[in-house]
Amino acid sequence: MAAISRDDVAHLAKLARVEMTPDELDHMATELDQILGAVKRVQEVATADIPPTSHPLSMSNIFRDDVVKPSLTNEEALSGAPAKAEERFKVPQILGEE
Amino acid sequence: MTNIYSTAAEMASALAAKEISAVDLTKQHLDRIASVDGKLHAFLHVDSEGALAQAEAVDAKRAKGETLSPLAGVPIAVKDILAQKGVPTTAGSKILEGWRPPYDSTVVAKLKAAGVVILGKTNMDEFAMGSSTENSAYGTTQNPWDLTRTPGGSSGGSAAAVASFEAPLAIGTDTGGSIRQPAALTGIVGVKPTYGGVSRYGVIAYSSSLDQVGPFGRTVLDTALLHETIAGHDERDSTSINAPVPQVVAAAKRLDVKGMKIGVIKELSGSGFQAGVSARISESLELLVAAGAEIVEVSCPNFEYALAAYYLIAPSEASSNLARFDSMRYGLRVGDDGSKGAEEVMSATREAGFGKEVKRRIILGTYALSSGYYDAYYGSAQKVRTLVKRDFESAFAKADVLVSPVTPTTAFKIGEKSNDPVAMYLSDIATIPVNMAGIGGMSLPVGLAEEDGLPVGLQIMAPLMQDDRFYRVGGTLEAALLSKWGKPILSNAPDLMVQK
Amino acid sequence: MTLNYKGATEKYEPTLGLEVHVELNTNSKMFCSCATEFGAAPNTQTCPVCLGLPGALPVVNGKAIESTILIGLALNCSIAPYSRFARKNYFYPDMPKNFQTSQYDEPICVEGYLDVEIETDEGPKVFRVEIERVHMEEDTGKSLHVGGSTGRIHGAEYSLLDYNRAGIPLVEIVTKIIPGTGKYAPQVARAYVTQLRDILRSLGVSDVKMEQGSLRCDANVSLAPIGSGLLGTRSETKNVNSLRSVERALTGEIERQANRLEAGERIIQETRHFLEESGLTRPGRSKEQAEDYRYFPEPDLVPVTPDAKWIEELRAKLPENPADRRKRLQKEWNVPDSEMTSLINAELVDVVEETIKLGAEPTRARTWWLGEISRLANEKEVAPTSLITTVFVAEIIALITSGDLTDKLARQVVEGVVNGEGSPAEVIEKRGLKVVSDDSALMVAIEAAIAAQPDTAERIRGGNIPAAGALIGAVMKATGGQADAAKVRELLLKHLGQG
Repeated sequence: MAAISRDDVAHLAKLARVEMTPDELDHMATELDQILGAVKRVQEVATADIPPTSHPLSMSNIFRDDVVKPSLTNEEALSGAPAKAEERFKVPQILGEE
Repeated sequence: MTNIYSTAAEMASALAAKEISAVDLTKQHLDRIASVDGKLHAFLHVDSEGALAQAEAVDAKRAKGETLSPLAGVPIAVKDILAQKGVPTTAGSKILEGWRPPYDSTVVAKLKAAGVVILGKTNMDEFAMGSSTENSAYGTTQNPWDLTRTPGGSSGGSAAAVASFEAPLAIGTDTGGSIRQPAALTGIVGVKPTYGGVSRYGVIAYSSSLDQVGPFGRTVLDTALLHETIAGHDERDSTSINAPVPQVVAAAKRLDVKGMKIGVIKELSGSGFQAGVSARISESLELLVAAGAEIVEVSCPNFEYALAAYYLIAPSEASSNLARFDSMRYGLRVGDDGSKGAEEVMSATREAGFGKEVKRRIILGTYALSSGYYDAYYGSAQKVRTLVKRDFESAFAKADVLVSPVTPTTAFKIGEKSNDPVAMYLSDIATIPVNMAGIGGMSLPVGLAEEDGLPVGLQIMAPLMQDDRFYRVGGTLEAALLSKWGKPILSNAPDLMVQK
Repeated sequence: MTLNYKGATEKYEPTLGLEVHVELNTNSKMFCSCATEFGAAPNTQTCPVCLGLPGALPVVNGKAIESTILIGLALNCSIAPYSRFARKNYFYPDMPKNFQTSQYDEPICVEGYLDVEIETDEGPKVFRVEIERVHMEEDTGKSLHVGGSTGRIHGAEYSLLDYNRAGIPLVEIVTKIIPGTGKYAPQVARAYVTQLRDILRSLGVSDVKMEQGSLRCDANVSLAPIGSGLLGTRSETKNVNSLRSVERALTGEIERQANRLEAGERIIQETRHFLEESGLTRPGRSKEQAEDYRYFPEPDLVPVTPDAKWIEELRAKLPENPADRRKRLQKEWNVPDSEMTSLINAELVDVVEETIKLGAEPTRARTWWLGEISRLANEKEVAPTSLITTVFVAEIIALITSGDLTDKLARQVVEGVVNGEGSPAEVIEKRGLKVVSDDSALMVAIEAAIAAQPDTAERIRGGNIPAAGALIGAVMKATGGQADAAKVRELLLKHLGQG
């Protein structure tokens, strides 16, 4: 049985904000199923007694002093903006709230 | 006479002795790019104007008698994943087409400060996701040894540029082998430094806990010179190591491995590796023994799970790192016709702007992190990471450095694996464990495979922050190979001018 | 039949939960060195890091960590020996990276409490509010919605983004569920937020201005029939921008939920927005499916592992709990609640205490700071403490107490100091402000006044004491206000046989 369905992919695509056509969804579901089949072997050795490693170096407490340094200018900040107005980034209407 | 075929070290001496100007040297390289890059497509952007201006500045300083860095005036190619102020930076993606960063990455800033002349930005798999440059949104780079083959990836453009004498040095990034694999496939030296050894600030992130910037060169010494130029603590990168940089230049010059223990990883040898690759590796080991090293066999039983763990960790981090490409602040924007909301425009832009492999990894990573699957996938992969680290620790208890082939095969044909993601992923099988553990590794060209006449790379790995060790072994072996062959490996490459 | 609040709480038991977001007042942002000043021109306090530009990396502001630990300690929390940042992944245009760098299952402070006192029908009662966690995160940018008919987001044609606020350090303080408050739930919530605000202010870690958004409260409440032992479905009310609103929003929400339950409807778990004008809440846009934030440890940052020594150093810096201090000072100064509240609201408790420590008589110290100095500060639209030092105030009060200055003269001294004429002594010297206390000099003036108004003098002699006012006024006028009015009165009455 497939581990991942087309609906699963559609949900993931929505979470990841990637629009996909029905064809792409089908295709991606098949591919993901294959890849997941290959990568799920990690579960064979990942036993409860093994701690996870999320970072190669064991460093901690790296802090910056609370000192202000120059920012970009408004012009530099907006230099890559696809659209701008009133010294701000202009974007399509935001539909959600907060 | 100093020309594009010289080593970076030779160029540096000639520049220091004022036998050649930085401007002349830069022009020679720009000419070379103009004449061969049409065939290779190593560069995405050639910054002739910026390079010449930089070269002029170096010449002016030298004329004034100012003290300059060792590589001042030597040209370099930079992977298009490093931000360079005012210069197009795309990471090989349509979604960043036309973006000119308002800031320099730390590595670019260090290169500029050292007077290293940046010729331009090199091609790569989109967001460093790939092993062939076939995932670039701007076309594939060809391998200078055989234009029908891939130079490897993701830093394939940088490797091809150095192998084809477009640049003596290049910068790449390595998340799962993206420096070492293309170095092996193009017959040059490539180093993935210890994680945290080189700043990641300004390097467009693929997988933050695995990404590392590193140098390419045609010789071990050239690579070491560049390594020392770009390495060191950076307060802008919280994961940067705050300790002295290993003395890699001195190590590269040492040419002595007497008494060193070289560990051969049992799981990364024998079956699964092309015969011609294995033969060259064995030959290298014999040369090292002849130079006074001792060979020991070590076992890393969990490496077989490393690839699977990598293809969970990297896509997971990538799914988050690439979320910022949403058309709101920079880059491509698609479908903003006044009728659509921000959310729709984001989705349409990401659909249009990301290539297939990037989307595949974003979806995979989104899945691996989602609630209900986190422990089974991302969590398990992190445990495998612990096991891989432990394997390395016990192996390094027995050996000073570890060796393996860099890749299972020599350069493959363009298109050969592009429709089979899992087969493509397998080409990283020997390089990925290094990234998982955060240690450093070098790819050293050790000859040509008999069956296809293509370069073979030996991977030399050292414990965390002991990067000098692989320079020492690499330098010694390089010298032994040179005296055996009588000429550098790249002199065997077919002339690009006559290749079609 | 519609239930009012009383009816609602007679039938249903509310359970509270409060999430407070506090913007720290660090100089620079949480993960970059951009300034945090309120009110700068749009997108002038941004950099590659807080704009989420490709390649940029965060570095933690150490001061923000210190402030968070201080908050945790003040709220009786344990400080985690190991905590980490995590990415909270969701897309929103005001969030430059489309993930918020926050903390998930490894927050910096856990398991604390705050005791709050409220007035109940049976007198003052203390409720213990248990704190689940105190964690760090970063603020988002601000969006401005342009066009459309209503001005609300739904009608906007496009939006404009300013990222100056993006990346300002935020601390989130989350309570456990607060049961058993009954009908006092809104008051407990208000008292909790008030006391929390006072603590944060005393720690000096935040401006705690609700109206500017540096202190924000999300109030969760659910209802269950009294005695059922059940926990109902909760709603979360946002946009609660003042202490009064905390109370109003909860009152309204309890009423709304009770009436839904009465009508046999179910409560939807949702975010609601408080409407300041009506005191009601309206539903937010309902999410089609629960967000999946895909939290994972932030790979660009390393863990925070405060050692015991650091924590103890910070603990030693903790000021006295504001509620305890208030009680102590109120007792020491012997002042009524109303005056104490005025001092607290005017943020004058510290200076008054300091002025008293410098030897000033307590009542005068309070009166001068709260009265004349605050009045001048109001006129100039500045803080009273910026006008004059506690040392000068104490000096002036000492001169009043010793009889060298009258209140009237002292006002002139204060005015002179505020106008930059120098120290109190210099102002007195330059303006010649010294009480005329020489009896014979005063007697001359008194006799002159009597001579000028013989009828008035006669009335006083006849026992009409209040009539003395006119003569005292004349003497004061003649001496240019430098006489001590009480002294003049005493001499005058004695002279006229009424002493």
